Amino acid sequence: MDRSLLEGNPHAVLEGMVIGAYAIGACEGFIYVRHEYPLAVENILVAIDQARDFRLLGHDILGSGFDFDIKVSVGGGAFVCGESTALMASIEGHIGEPRVKHIHTAEKGLNNRPTNLNNVETWANVPLIINQGADEYALVGTDTSTGTKIFSLVGTINNTGLVEVPMGITLREIIYNIGGGIPKGKTFKAVQTGGPSGGCIPESLLDTPVDFDRLYDVGSMMGSGGMIVMDEGTCMVDIARYFLDFLCDESCGKCVPCREGLKQMLYIIEDITEGRGTLEQLDLLRELAEVVRDTSLCGLGQTAPNPVLSTLQYFEEEYREHIEDKKCRAGVCKALISFEIDAKECTGCLRCLKACPVGAISGEKKEAHTIDQEKCEKCGICYEVCEYDAVIRK
Amino acid sequence: MVKLVIDGQSVEAEEGWTILEAAKYYGIDIPTLCYHEGLSPYSACRVCTVEIIRGGRSRLSASCSYPVQEGIEVRTNSERVKKARKIIIELLLASCPNSRTLQCLASKYGVTEIRFRAEDRGCILCGLCVRMCEEQMQAGAIGFVYRGVGRDIAMPFHQRNEQCRECGACLYICPVCELPCPGPLEPGQLCNACLDTVQMEAFPCRE
Repeated sequence: MDRSLLEGNPHAVLEGMVIGAYAIGACEGFIYVRHEYPLAVENILVAIDQARDFRLLGHDILGSGFDFDIKVSVGGGAFVCGESTALMASIEGHIGEPRVKHIHTAEKGLNNRPTNLNNVETWANVPLIINQGADEYALVGTDTSTGTKIFSLVGTINNTGLVEVPMGITLREIIYNIGGGIPKGKTFKAVQTGGPSGGCIPESLLDTPVDFDRLYDVGSMMGSGGMIVMDEGTCMVDIARYFLDFLCDESCGKCVPCREGLKQMLYIIEDITEGRGTLEQLDLLRELAEVVRDTSLCGLGQTAPNPVLSTLQYFEEEYREHIEDKKCRAGVCKALISFEIDAKECTGCLRCLKACPVGAISGEKKEAHTIDQEKCEKCGICYEVCEYDAVIRK
Repeated sequence: MVKLVIDGQSVEAEEGWTILEAAKYYGIDIPTLCYHEGLSPYSACRVCTVEIIRGGRSRLSASCSYPVQEGIEVRTNSERVKKARKIIIELLLASCPNSRTLQCLASKYGVTEIRFRAEDRGCILCGLCVRMCEEQMQAGAIGFVYRGVGRDIAMPFHQRNEQCRECGACLYICPVCELPCPGPLEPGQLCNACLDTVQMEAFPCRE
């Protein structure tokens, strides 16, 4: 991913930018990086100084007569500043808000000058393409997505971390061969690709080759290269709620569908996870999500409904269970679950009693304990610490 | 001149016009909220959304900033546009139920219920006042503060400043500050008094 490249191989990015600048005749380059990534900022600054010392940057690069220098612009870390026009506004010192895109960046970009804006990973691939030649480079990958891609493999998976894979590899290969499968013998449920606004892909589509078009076709995207693996203990409605909550927070608030639409989507999903949802609301959620996707101003709003739309597409029965049966099969949505102690199994070991953070469990040593449902916060700690499977989650 | 099709009519527009300007020139009605001809386009309310078919691909876009292009087809009233526009008006009404402009838009475009949770914020954040103050009054006394659902319009640090000459241009241009709709004014309710008026060329409650 981009951060790891800036931290671990910043010269690849600089080299790519110098080649790009030479090709289009640019004299000034910018690297925009958020201040929450201090190591990335530090390392790219070191790399820029080194490159200047070797005359690979600055005035008259390698005696060629070509001038190009790079400045690092440190951003505040707003999610929306990943959107190209918001990013440029932020570099200019304005509020990080997108503008309409009918004016091409190549004509009027940063400071109204023609600009070429690319992702960190894209630039890092440029030296490879120039060195190997395009044909050689394209041997790896698929017809429409060539080369390799770095993913951040996280979630309930044995081997977490950054992986670089050829484009076109299947999700199954990444998750089971590289990631080592799901820990603790649990079953795979879904994988979310592309960061918070990506879609959740179910088991049935695990043989999908990973490239830009195919991920889009199944309702997700390549996005940032994030890959979150989820097992059976994940509630898909809650996951949609979680990402929607994040995106609602990160919306810049400029356009109505994103600002108001995401908020209303979140209200509906909260109703569903808290047991107040209706089937009419489910239809409304879908209708609203489609309009937010189609009418939002920038990429944030256009992709923000992805977690909701993809979970509605692949896990609709879970939404229906929450609404009709008031049941959360993963046992995640607190309003729909309760914990009880099976008096027959309970040995009175006091373990859960001591662990309960709100003191909802009472009972004497070697006698069956009980949970006070009024006090219970449904955190599930008793369920996890019990060694005799006496705590039942309903 | 640029040739394009709007709602089945072949029209010619001048280079640099937006779709909205071209449609207005030919008498085709597209509703707007955050657009004002004396101010820079902002494209935030999305009420002016139209369907644009270009190279066989259809997409929705705000007509107030989309420049006319040779050979495109624009649909201002397709099913897709109607559906999106209704949802957007409904969303706006949920956040600002007493605006007469919004209530009239709801009547005109057939919004008959608000299915969303209503919270009266008293502002639709169309930014007309901010642009008016900066672009026409050359004052720049007000601006946007905060982000997302917390977004608001305020003076810097919420303090009165000398840039504000109390000219009232912000109030003049605000689509919400006007006299409220005389219809039912409980949040979440719709006036719809004008719903049956033919084509809504006249709003009875405005006369």
